[in-house]
Amino acid sequence: MLKGFWKLTWVELKIFVREPLGLAGTLAAPLLLFVLFSRLMKGDADAASATATSTTNAAAPFNVAILAALLIAINAVMSLIAIMAIYREGGILKRLRATPLSPLTILSAHVVVKLVLTVLSLMLLIGAGKRLFPGAMTVPFVSFAAAVLLGSLSILSLGFLIASMVPTSRFAQPIGAVVLYPMVALSGLFFPLRDLPTWLQVVASALPTTHAVALLQGVWDGSGWQAHASDVVALALIFAVCSALATRWFRWE
Amino acid sequence: MAPPVISVRQLRKQYGTTIAVADVSLEVFEGEIFGLIGPNGAGKTTTMECVEGLRTPDGGSITVLGLDPHRDATALRQRIGVQHQDAHLQKRIKVWEALDLWATLYERTVDGVDLLARLGLSDKRDAKFMTLSGGQKQRLFVALALIHDPDVVFLDELTTGLDPQARRAIWELILGIRARGKTVFLTTHLMEEAERLCDRVAIIEHGTVIEMGTPRQLVARHCPERRVVFSSDDHNLATRLIDIPTLRLTSSDGVTHMLSGEGDAFVTDVIQAIARHDIRVRDFRTELPTLEDVFLKLTGHGIRD
Repeated sequence: MLKGFWKLTWVELKIFVREPLGLAGTLAAPLLLFVLFSRLMKGDADAASATATSTTNAAAPFNVAILAALLIAINAVMSLIAIMAIYREGGILKRLRATPLSPLTILSAHVVVKLVLTVLSLMLLIGAGKRLFPGAMTVPFVSFAAAVLLGSLSILSLGFLIASMVPTSRFAQPIGAVVLYPMVALSGLFFPLRDLPTWLQVVASALPTTHAVALLQGVWDGSGWQAHASDVVALALIFAVCSALATRWFRWE
Repeated sequence: MAPPVISVRQLRKQYGTTIAVADVSLEVFEGEIFGLIGPNGAGKTTTMECVEGLRTPDGGSITVLGLDPHRDATALRQRIGVQHQDAHLQKRIKVWEALDLWATLYERTVDGVDLLARLGLSDKRDAKFMTLSGGQKQRLFVALALIHDPDVVFLDELTTGLDPQARRAIWELILGIRARGKTVFLTTHLMEEAERLCDRVAIIEHGTVIEMGTPRQLVARHCPERRVVFSSDDHNLATRLIDIPTLRLTSSDGVTHMLSGEGDAFVTDVIQAIARHDIRVRDFRTELPTLEDVFLKLTGHGIRD
């Protein structure tokens, strides 16, 4: 069935590129946001360093890059959920069901499409980052990219689970938003998690975004993968559990 | 006789408290076109989807090509071709891409280029699914159902919503499938379609098969009456035609005369009587009952009610 998987992935990628605004929206939107945010924060940092507080300049691209990576992943999840809902509603899944394709193959093909786009977005962002912050880009790109991919995969698997179950596209978008945006808010990117009440900390520790952010920050500041082994394990675990549940609860129609 | 290709025994399926299929038993044999006919909501699609292995029955047993549609789903999917009612593909998938994708999913395939040509879709190879007309979409679905050279083809309401011309083209296609030795299991609520295509039909209502046989048998069994309509200026017809033994009913407006009777001999009897009495007729036609009449008689309502 591997042949079918690659063929489906390739076809879905082509279909996505044909979508009006598909490629532009996926690749250009995060890039524009990144450049815009970076310029704003750079301006702040420049003003700040003029009044002699110095470390913010190096920190500026740091959070923006992680936020951008996170947004790319969220974007991918939203679009995965929407596509699955549209396919389900339109009877496309039902038609695929009568073929030898398994739910896992169908979901995997869409995930690979999303990952390919994530990598492309990331490469564009890194290119932009190099131009905007020539001095600050001393992070290990490959390692960072690998961390983004692992994080995306884990976040995507949660999307899988939602995508497997949402009945219609009318439900898909709000459900996606309700689940995903709080996840970003609780990821520890905007405020430290230890400031939260204990129960919210527990919730946060079960979310893939939290571990993705921790891992990305670790890779960025040089503490490396070993220091964040628990986050890697958590991401892998979330991926495994969500994927298993998603294929089990997959609704064809 | 060879064992049936499809065998359904006392199939039952319900959704919540709604009973979609109450009691369906039928057998489909190799090389025939078998039609499941009945109004919308009678349980046609549910029955078909249970046979295809897409739904789990609540009762009864099904075998297709000697396989259990549920337990042997993987093996069966290689050997059956399926077309769904209201099916769709990705809006922007191209015709050749869909065919190419489907072809990679199966172990044995036929030549896609040849298949498209046979279905009259050659010039639509590069067209996106969303740009195809209703008839073209249905032909593409037929192509997808045939790409792996299946032994049994399932067609659910294939021509619903098509214009008469596209419908006729699809009928030719289905007859072509049978000509290549395949077994076809179709559902339709169009009696004309069933009459034109099907070797045998089962009439289903409220989830139960109420009658089964060849269209001819069903008509002969339930609607044996024949009607002859002719025009003549001859004035004292009635007294001269009264001696037709099979005649049951006549009506006349003075010019157009309608005679009803039963049995295959009736039409011949009328012709002979007209000849015997040297009656000049300007126009003569026979009206035979159709499956539609059978349906009306059996259920007490029309199929579209």
